[in-house]
Amino acid sequence: MKHDTEGSLQHWVSGVLRLGVMVAGSLGAIGLIYYLAMQKGPAPSYGQFLGEGSYRESIGSVFRKALSLDSQSVMQVGILALISTPIARVLVSLLGFIKEKDRTYVVITLAVLLTLLGSLVGGAIRG
Amino acid sequence: MSAQLLTLIIFTASLFAGFLGSMTGLGGGVVITPVLTLLLGVDIRYAIGASLISVIATSSGAAAAYVRDGLSNIRVGMFLEIATTIGALFGAFLALFINAKALTIVFGVIMLQAAWQTVRPRKATEVVGEPDPLSKSLKLEGEYSTAEGKQRYEVYGVKPAFGVMFGAGTISGLLGIGSGAFKVIAMDQLMKLPFRVSTATSNFMIGVTAAASAGVYFSRGYIQPALATPVMLGVLVGSMIGAKTIHRVPVKQLRMAFAIVVGIAALQMMMTGIGGKG
Repeated sequence: MKHDTEGSLQHWVSGVLRLGVMVAGSLGAIGLIYYLAMQKGPAPSYGQFLGEGSYRESIGSVFRKALSLDSQSVMQVGILALISTPIARVLVSLLGFIKEKDRTYVVITLAVLLTLLGSLVGGAIRG
Repeated sequence: MSAQLLTLIIFTASLFAGFLGSMTGLGGGVVITPVLTLLLGVDIRYAIGASLISVIATSSGAAAAYVRDGLSNIRVGMFLEIATTIGALFGAFLALFINAKALTIVFGVIMLQAAWQTVRPRKATEVVGEPDPLSKSLKLEGEYSTAEGKQRYEVYGVKPAFGVMFGAGTISGLLGIGSGAFKVIAMDQLMKLPFRVSTATSNFMIGVTAAASAGVYFSRGYIQPALATPVMLGVLVGSMIGAKTIHRVPVKQLRMAFAIVVGIAALQMMMTGIGGKG
């Protein structure tokens, strides 16, 4: 009996990882192909870091520019999908443990999720 | 160099990084960083951003298969993630006060020693003692498929492993490098998990640790899309190939690959510590 519930948890966790990877991979591939098709001449030099100082990337503007089909922003949305995948995986595990009524692991997963959100929010404030 | 050629080089290197990462439970930064900085002259901060993406891509790509096959132990992963995420937060906090560069040499030495531990010859009579009672109450023990059918395993040393995981999380928060090496070592050496389970569970975990710090790197512009996207795509494909291949590779060779990659990572780390470059 334990193995049935264990199996469904595995199924869901593996499913959310695959979904995240597929979304991130497709958006990334579309954006990259579009970007490369437009690029002529030598690649820009990445020897100099342009994110210095007051530079901030806002998620809102990334999505807006992606909707207007800016190739770099489409890639960025793909990257954001990838970053969200492990977080979605923890969320799905939480739902799985709640469904299994496994109290110990609900608490454990909740603690992980809160720390994760804490460092994301904390990073956003500090950044 | 044209943008197309640059992308192709990055994609190919990332394919290899993802393959290696999925086999060893590591994030692939050990391949990505030198290729970007030394070979392609990319600024170290873009390389850090790309490495972070490599870690999340390896983890998500490989773990999708490992979780489905029951190779990753979800409970062990979740339980230890408390230690790594809190550790990472603590490390990021510490980084505000101490010079982490000086510590890279210390950690490099620890990693070299640990790499040796995973491949050192073992005596067959080595006493392992009793499984940890905590393992029972946390339902950590599990089973995985081998060539000889399903194999059950017990879990030892839960408390020391939890401590090491906290340390691994702190290091990754402090230095911004993958702590996959310490995760594998703690599960293999302290918890006595089968080596494949250790690397697969590490793969399952490293994405969460990396995602926690990815937000701030993204907003600060470390993640340059034209560099990070070929990394992501190459690593995803490579890690999926690796997850299919791992079943055919003998454990002894996996251990060897792990020790070599960790050894190189340790030397890289010590070099940046000494040279101060990056």
